Amino acid sequence: MKVLLTGNEAIARGAFEGGVAVACGYPGTPSSEILETVARDYRDSVYAEWSVNEKVAMDVAAGASYSGVRSMVTTKLVGMNVLSDSLFYLPYTGLEAGLVVVVCDDTGMFSSQNEQDNRWYSILGKIPMLEPSDSQECKDMVVEALRLSERFDTPFLIRSEMRIAHSKSEVILGEREKEIPLPKNFPRDIQKYNCNALFARKKREVIVRRFHDLKEFSETSNLNRVILQDTQMGIISSGIVYEYAREVFPSASFLKLGMIHPLPERLIRDFAKRCKTLIVIEQLDPFLETQIKALGIEVKGKEIFPPYDEILPEKMRECAEKAGLLKPSSPKKVIDLGDLPTRAAVFCPGCPHRATFYALSKLKVPVMGDIGCYNLGSLPPFNAQHTMGSMGASIGQLHGVSVSGCPERAVATIGDSTFFHAGMPPLVNMVHNRSKGVVILMDNSTTAMTGHQDHPGMNKTLMGVSTERVDIQQLVEAMKVKFVKSVNAFDVKEVENTLKECLAWDDGPAVMITKGECIFVSRKPKPAYSVDLNKCVACETCLKVGCSAVVKSEEVNPKNKRKKARIDPVLCNGCGVCSQVCPTGAIFQTQELEAKE
Amino acid sequence: MNSINFLICGVGGQGTVVASDIVSEVGLKAGFHVKKSDVLGLAVRGGSVISHIRWGRDEIHAPMVGQKEVDLMLAFEPLEGLRRLNFMKDSGKIILNTQKIPPISVNTGREEYPSMEKILGTLRRGVAQVFPVDALAKALELGNSKVVNIVLIGVLSTFFTIDSQHWKDSVKKFVAPKFLEVNLKAFEAGREIGASL
Repeated sequence: MKVLLTGNEAIARGAFEGGVAVACGYPGTPSSEILETVARDYRDSVYAEWSVNEKVAMDVAAGASYSGVRSMVTTKLVGMNVLSDSLFYLPYTGLEAGLVVVVCDDTGMFSSQNEQDNRWYSILGKIPMLEPSDSQECKDMVVEALRLSERFDTPFLIRSEMRIAHSKSEVILGEREKEIPLPKNFPRDIQKYNCNALFARKKREVIVRRFHDLKEFSETSNLNRVILQDTQMGIISSGIVYEYAREVFPSASFLKLGMIHPLPERLIRDFAKRCKTLIVIEQLDPFLETQIKALGIEVKGKEIFPPYDEILPEKMRECAEKAGLLKPSSPKKVIDLGDLPTRAAVFCPGCPHRATFYALSKLKVPVMGDIGCYNLGSLPPFNAQHTMGSMGASIGQLHGVSVSGCPERAVATIGDSTFFHAGMPPLVNMVHNRSKGVVILMDNSTTAMTGHQDHPGMNKTLMGVSTERVDIQQLVEAMKVKFVKSVNAFDVKEVENTLKECLAWDDGPAVMITKGECIFVSRKPKPAYSVDLNKCVACETCLKVGCSAVVKSEEVNPKNKRKKARIDPVLCNGCGVCSQVCPTGAIFQTQELEAKE
Repeated sequence: MNSINFLICGVGGQGTVVASDIVSEVGLKAGFHVKKSDVLGLAVRGGSVISHIRWGRDEIHAPMVGQKEVDLMLAFEPLEGLRRLNFMKDSGKIILNTQKIPPISVNTGREEYPSMEKILGTLRRGVAQVFPVDALAKALELGNSKVVNIVLIGVLSTFFTIDSQHWKDSVKKFVAPKFLEVNLKAFEAGREIGASL
């Protein structure tokens, strides 16, 4: 049967067909939908979980694989940095059943803090890597990687990226493999599974031999394909950018690489000999180009195409024309649109983070930020989250500010899921090292930014099973933080006053937990608010809460010539934050609740 | 490359991805090769969102299209439609939902939202035809502001001779079963609007 699947859905399908028994990961754009699809569509065959972070997920998969079942880990690009510590022991131990790690890069940086090219991890970790270029290959390569993982006794990496993950293309579905490894008693093979240097040292040679074998396999594998057309120009490419290149250079010859580590040396030499001009087209780093040049083959790549951002077909054509590879096309007549208003992402109407950032913005304190929706607090009108770097970084930075002698008392903002992921060690560190500073733990009962996944502070798992909810306040108290207070995230005064108390606290770190469900979790919008135009003086204080439901009306206050406020009843979710900050009491709650879904 | 190229744009939360799923599915049912690409992630929090969809008689390689390559645009919001105008072929058509959603930069007075006359005027300079539609009014009439996307899908369906059952089956596949009835009504309402254009 032929269906349309996104790359992420196809990878989930591949896990099902390939007989994966355990699939785990931590949510992160653009990879999140893989495990969500597994849990939704293949739950009868595959156990799926959101692990607390990527490293934990990697170890879970290792344990499952050692126990004899196939496993898969999914991660966004930067999660590779978190899980690599555990991934890197796996080529040494090998495994009992296939293990595949899927990493989704974010070329173009749509929703990530960097644009790292994870292909290098294959070389650094000595792990073979496959790269699909459409959804069909996503599915097929997961199945293939699982088999190869067992054949070569090593984990396999699959590198996807945003345009594969979130694009749909046709996929022919298959059945789940019949003969898949089954769980068995745990192997007491200390020399294999314990990376004590005594044992691990001996594996170095095994890994070298394995790569020799993998290279031989790569030479003849149908994962790599030659498309021989006009040999004036030969293009070596892989992944999504291969698809763009087929469109921009319809008559050129192609060496399409599906296995990108180790590279098929003879196949590349042979293709190079057949073609007059040889080009490598790859996004980001010159990963293929550097290796091909090291073979002594003359090839052009990054001198034509940029080493950052996407090389979309349009860009590719432009670069190729500039380099004289294509005849110049006639210039396109575009219309000058002038300066259009920008549309930055904002906190949703009804978001529990709004009141906290209103308070932070008002108190003008330095704020170490973290990764999640709350980073939108760094944008206007708040401009109140001053750093953001990696998961859990906020609390570590806060401690650094404290011990630096910085004259200001600083704040860290971190969400509930991010706290479980990487925020607990730095908070314990603050307590132990007698630090000062305020941690705002923004508990919205979900992993919001990535699409509302579960975490240990919630009472349901990805598989929908009821579970024990870890109480964040108790957890923080157990860490011996002496000032811990939970507040209603929607109560502007309570948030501000507690924040002030925290800032004045001198006996170690102070933690304020702002409790308020994400509007997508509660799904219970309250009646919309409305503005009494007789009371509104157009002071524009309500606009400072940065809510897209609070807009300007057409009615002007003759005294200050400003437009009075209006609330869009379709967008308003009735949180009441704007009403609390209004100095004239002009914003009131209406009774009617518009049907929403 | 011979293909029909669509572009769907709007504001995060308007249901553009469901709309792009439906258009893709209809293409497959109608016997085309199909690829599509959505931009998700941070963009869902009230940011600009965009989807590309391509239907082709031959195999399609890139899921995205470039400037001056789009045949049909479904603009969920006037400013967003204007922002993407240069994707359109001169012969292109735009279905424009007239529901304005001012960005925060406009609400806070830092930037000005262009007038509807200006938006329509510029769009009409760029493409052969622009069809303004008040899908929000229709959705509210049906009692659910969230079905704007399916009203627009209904309008779009009238631009093709494809069996309307393919469209309805695709709507059914991508909306929550709980809201199927109101969505099917929205689809029919959209078809009525489309027929009157």
